Amino acid sequence: MIEVIKTGLFSSIQDKGRFGFENFGVPISGSMDQFSYAHSNKLLNNKDNDAVLEITMTGPELKFHEKTKICITGADISPKLNNKSIGLNFIHFVEKGDVLSFGKIKYGIRSYIGIKGGFLTTDVMGSRSMCLNVTNSFRIKKGEFLKFKPITEIKKNSYVSEIENFDHFKNFKIKVYKGPEFNKLSENQKNKIFKKEFTISNYNNRMAYQLNEILENKLEPIISSLVMQGTVQLTPSGKLIILMRDNQTCGGYPRILQLSESSINTLSQKYYGNKIMFEII
Amino acid sequence: MNLYNLKYKMFGERSILIEWPQEINNNILQNILSFKNELKKIYCGKIYAKNSYNSLLVSFPNKINTSNTIFKIDSIYKKLKYVKKQIYKCWEIPVCYEIEFGKDLIFLKKQLSIDIDEIILLHTSNEYKVFNIGFLPGFLYLGGLNKKIHYPRKNKPDLYIEKGSVGIGGGQTGIYPNESPGGWNIIGKTPIELFNSEKKRPCFINPGDNIKFTPISKKKFSLIKNLVEADEYKIKKTMIND
Repeated sequence: MIEVIKTGLFSSIQDKGRFGFENFGVPISGSMDQFSYAHSNKLLNNKDNDAVLEITMTGPELKFHEKTKICITGADISPKLNNKSIGLNFIHFVEKGDVLSFGKIKYGIRSYIGIKGGFLTTDVMGSRSMCLNVTNSFRIKKGEFLKFKPITEIKKNSYVSEIENFDHFKNFKIKVYKGPEFNKLSENQKNKIFKKEFTISNYNNRMAYQLNEILENKLEPIISSLVMQGTVQLTPSGKLIILMRDNQTCGGYPRILQLSESSINTLSQKYYGNKIMFEII
Repeated sequence: MNLYNLKYKMFGERSILIEWPQEINNNILQNILSFKNELKKIYCGKIYAKNSYNSLLVSFPNKINTSNTIFKIDSIYKKLKYVKKQIYKCWEIPVCYEIEFGKDLIFLKKQLSIDIDEIILLHTSNEYKVFNIGFLPGFLYLGGLNKKIHYPRKNKPDLYIEKGSVGIGGGQTGIYPNESPGGWNIIGKTPIELFNSEKKRPCFINPGDNIKFTPISKKKFSLIKNLVEADEYKIKKTMIND
């Protein structure tokens, strides 16, 4: 068990996602940055759908009540084990009573705490990903105990991992395909989209990222239609909304662009004030 | 089954969007759902498909070759004319239309100049078609609301609407499957759970099904609610063939 002493800003259990229920209005959810998530499970020799703890900007404080191995990937939020700094993308052995905490944010905003064998919190409809209106809670709570399967081996060595892909964090180019309503845009709008820099607004979370800049919009709303993770919608006010992992399954705004899978991961490490540019594939 | 002129569009790197004519009607819905079923059957659960009023989104687990995939799924569509119509269900959803649960009934009565009894009668006499489920888990997009009781949604949404509330928003009627903020005018409440993630089938209604509201008393409401909570309530259903 892991005891949650402090929750951090927004920490939730996530895995690959909850598939097969979208036509009942259930979002796929899953780790925002699937790239860093997969990296953690890979280093731990876990199954590729094992559950991790996704933490956002301010890390939690966690007390381990059993032995295990952990591996932290994604954003660098200065992780510390018993107040001593520990490296990212490394396997760390954790003893009973050890406390994991975090400090200043150095790059990215979402970090993944992988654990040997994965977190064994409640499986809801084939996934442990927490999501509003689907699971009992959509984030971990103070005082909560998170289940995992403890290990018995006691080796103290750590393994050096592959070097983290820093492009993933520095990259501000978001690769996109044309969306179903792209061709309804005027030439002027089409040009602007790929020449303009866009800024991430303070409305950014697991459901969607809104951008600050306005793209003049004369398009008619469409009949409520299907959207996906990574769909870029043009709202009547001219603002762009990029749907993320906990997105609603349908919407009535024109879908002008669709992010590539890897660009959804790139975007999920960006935050308020960061600049991005769209680049067509 | 009649075939339509479909538009196939690449949507991201592993999905195809299939579009039908931009109208809302039952024939198009039946066509979309039959195609969806057929694709799921042929790809044996290896694809994910979701539908809306006029479209179907088919997602594959990995990157696809768009033109090959479109060719393949279109040939499946062409064979659909030999496929028999599916049978759908009509679910009876009990609703208590007491003022206590339908907090906007009095407002609607004044605005529409229709007696509350008449509003209830108009709301409960039709069967509604489930075109789509989305927005919230278990939220039904229903077609078939009587024009006499269409009423725009509120400019300022209510911050808290109780789970099970039944409302009218423009030309649509619907049920809030969970407590949530919302802009619809609330006319009643159902004790039935539209979505429960702990159940084997979290949402018992499927796109293509019909639902019919039946008025119940406050006493009946508590009786049914008790049965629902104990997981012992059997929702009445009939088979439809339209």
